[in-house]
Amino acid sequence: MATPTLPAALADATRDESSLRRFLHGLPGVDQVGVEQRAAGLATRSIKKAAKLWAIDTAISMVDLTTLEGADTHGKVRALAAKARRPDPDRPDTPPVAAVCVYPDLAATAVDALGGSGIGVASVATAFPSGRSSRAVKLADVELAVTSGATEVDMVIDRGAFLEGRYGQVFEEIREIKAACGDAHLKVILETGELATYDNVRRAAWLALLAGGDFVKTSTGKVSPAATLPVTHVLLQAVRDWYTATGELRGVKPAGGIRTTKDAVRYLVAVHEVAGPEWLTPALFRFGASSLLNDLLLQRRTQLDGHYSGPDYVTQD
Amino acid sequence: MTMWEYAPAPESRDIANLKAAYRPFVNGEFVDGGGEPLKTLNPATEEVLAEVGTANASDVDAAVKAARRAYERTWSALPGSERAKYLFRIARLIQERARELAVLETLDNGKPVKESRDADIPTAAAHFFYHAGWADKLSYAGLGPDPRPLGVAGQVIPWNFPLLMLAWKIAPALATGNTVVLKPAETTPLTALVFAEICQQADLPPGVVNILPGAGDVGAELVRHPGVDKVAFTGSTEVGKQIQRAVAGTPKRLTLELGGKAANVVFDDAPLDQAVDGIVNGIFFNQGHVCCAGSRLLAQESVVDELLAKLRYRVSTLRLGDPLDKNTDIGAINSAEQLGKIRELVESGDNEGAHRWTSPCPVPERGFFFAPTVFSGVQQSMRIAREEIFGPVLSVLTFRTPEEAVAKANNTPYGLSAGVWTEKGSRILWMANRLRAGVVWANTFNRFDPAAPFGGYRESGFGREGGRTGLEAYLDA
Repeated sequence: MATPTLPAALADATRDESSLRRFLHGLPGVDQVGVEQRAAGLATRSIKKAAKLWAIDTAISMVDLTTLEGADTHGKVRALAAKARRPDPDRPDTPPVAAVCVYPDLAATAVDALGGSGIGVASVATAFPSGRSSRAVKLADVELAVTSGATEVDMVIDRGAFLEGRYGQVFEEIREIKAACGDAHLKVILETGELATYDNVRRAAWLALLAGGDFVKTSTGKVSPAATLPVTHVLLQAVRDWYTATGELRGVKPAGGIRTTKDAVRYLVAVHEVAGPEWLTPALFRFGASSLLNDLLLQRRTQLDGHYSGPDYVTQD
Repeated sequence: MTMWEYAPAPESRDIANLKAAYRPFVNGEFVDGGGEPLKTLNPATEEVLAEVGTANASDVDAAVKAARRAYERTWSALPGSERAKYLFRIARLIQERARELAVLETLDNGKPVKESRDADIPTAAAHFFYHAGWADKLSYAGLGPDPRPLGVAGQVIPWNFPLLMLAWKIAPALATGNTVVLKPAETTPLTALVFAEICQQADLPPGVVNILPGAGDVGAELVRHPGVDKVAFTGSTEVGKQIQRAVAGTPKRLTLELGGKAANVVFDDAPLDQAVDGIVNGIFFNQGHVCCAGSRLLAQESVVDELLAKLRYRVSTLRLGDPLDKNTDIGAINSAEQLGKIRELVESGDNEGAHRWTSPCPVPERGFFFAPTVFSGVQQSMRIAREEIFGPVLSVLTFRTPEEAVAKANNTPYGLSAGVWTEKGSRILWMANRLRAGVVWANTFNRFDPAAPFGGYRESGFGREGGRTGLEAYLDA
């Protein structure tokens, strides 16, 4: 099951279930106190003026504008698509977001509404958010997303299998989903809130990278805690280590709970200093968020106008 | 690749309320000292910050006598619960004036404002809060039913953590009923003199705290003064030895907190990314001007390459420059003299064949700066492995087995601190039992808390500061 392009040591790790287990358990541990201290320390960076405006525009361009509700309708998705194209209609120089993220049955609507914009359509799949179904159902879910024209697939891993230590099963599933994605980019949701320990997060991240995930993503947004800074540090470290080992750049997406510009800037500082400046692009870092975008727009206006505008100056979609 | 330059985010120097002149503080008043005034510099710009009056022998005498009177007439007679009120008040005043103190500390010392704001000043306040709590509970400190204060404490502190070292010295002394004459370091007297103002604000009885700026001669005068019952010193081992000679044969009690050459031991099963952060924190915190700095990295041979690669990347992200900028990680070296010492030792590392790597960060043209430096291939016999550099310079050595790690870690005349990095709990305990160091950190480094005693042995000194144990240094039990 090894990928031919991997360096020997990594290719060897995926040879069989026990090699995979040995490899994942051989990764250096993550010290909880240390990683939380480091994340809190970096969060004190003071980003002002031009650096802040740059961060806001970059963050806007990294948003996966998301709606994942049972009550989602075609109308809701079209509204979101319009917002994605022109986040701030009064200020046409505002960059568009990276993608719109919806359930697979609404992917076609999003594709239609975003046609020609260059904005991606991400679809969650694989029995999102729990991932509790058969492989066949999960693959069918992915097929629906891809045939509807989704350019990105956000899958969930089987946390039950992971916590039972059946890493091979999780690995195989990601590989099959990746194959089913075709040209669509695959983001692998680890649901870090259910993995609970940073050691588990690191192992799951490596598992996803070994299996071919283009992005590692923290959360579905349906489980608390969702994205946190320290968890994102662990993922950023993993993609940096992956780059060191293979020369390949893979992406990171924190999702859920990131609501303010201040939070977003802290994440960008972590991207900048933990992974490296190469990752400061929508191709390699995304925010999974819904309410974040409006705060970014308000703060962008504040930076440009020199005063704060109320929430009624941005569109509620 | 896009570059993201952080815009400058400096704290305003106006917050420091810098005055043109500062004077010694004796018997509750600021007085003209008889010594030659000194000029204190901003090491980041080499500009003169202020002129500071210094003490001469008769000022030392006056201060010790004032402290004696205060000891006998008021302070030692006050119930502990009353002393506690003053300490609580001082602690709150430090918090209220925290920003002012942080900016002033940064101007005078050169340390990044991030550190003075997040470490020095809050920890100083915490020491007063902690010791305020002990003042009325000394009978329950396990030092006998009625431990008595010693009298007048003569205290001499270094320039690396000016206000924090003051707090480590003054808080326990006052809590236990002693009075104090303190000499701040020659290059960093300013926050101590603002602390004197805080003593006035807190209505501390005159003479309980006296502050005498000056150079080493003032310290020597203070230490030798017959009216001093207790000497507490933090600084170099060389001066510590002189002080020990000076007090030998006298009834004076002595505690010394001196130099160090701490080993930070990283095993191959360590949490590597956090070990890298701990190594960085251990040696680059406060420009390495830390007596307990983890200046020797002992890395297991099987992991040293990976560790060094990660370390170099991490160090290259450290931001060196204007200490007042809130994003600065590495500030200025405290003085031209210290910068000279660092350069001389680094040169010896080159000459003795160690491999030098220096962070590619830009270095300001003015001011005393030294870019973070990592020496690999260091051997026990080299000067950079044995002598305290007291700067942002790390020496990396390797080991093969736990026994060898212990042997190398202990192979120094110092014994202040050590760090152990491993995910194996039993190995941490095994190492802690064998490392000859007053403080052993496990999977962390440079963590301080007023409740945790700190101090060394061998050439790193004796006596403990902080915690229940630290009270003993100021009590006749």
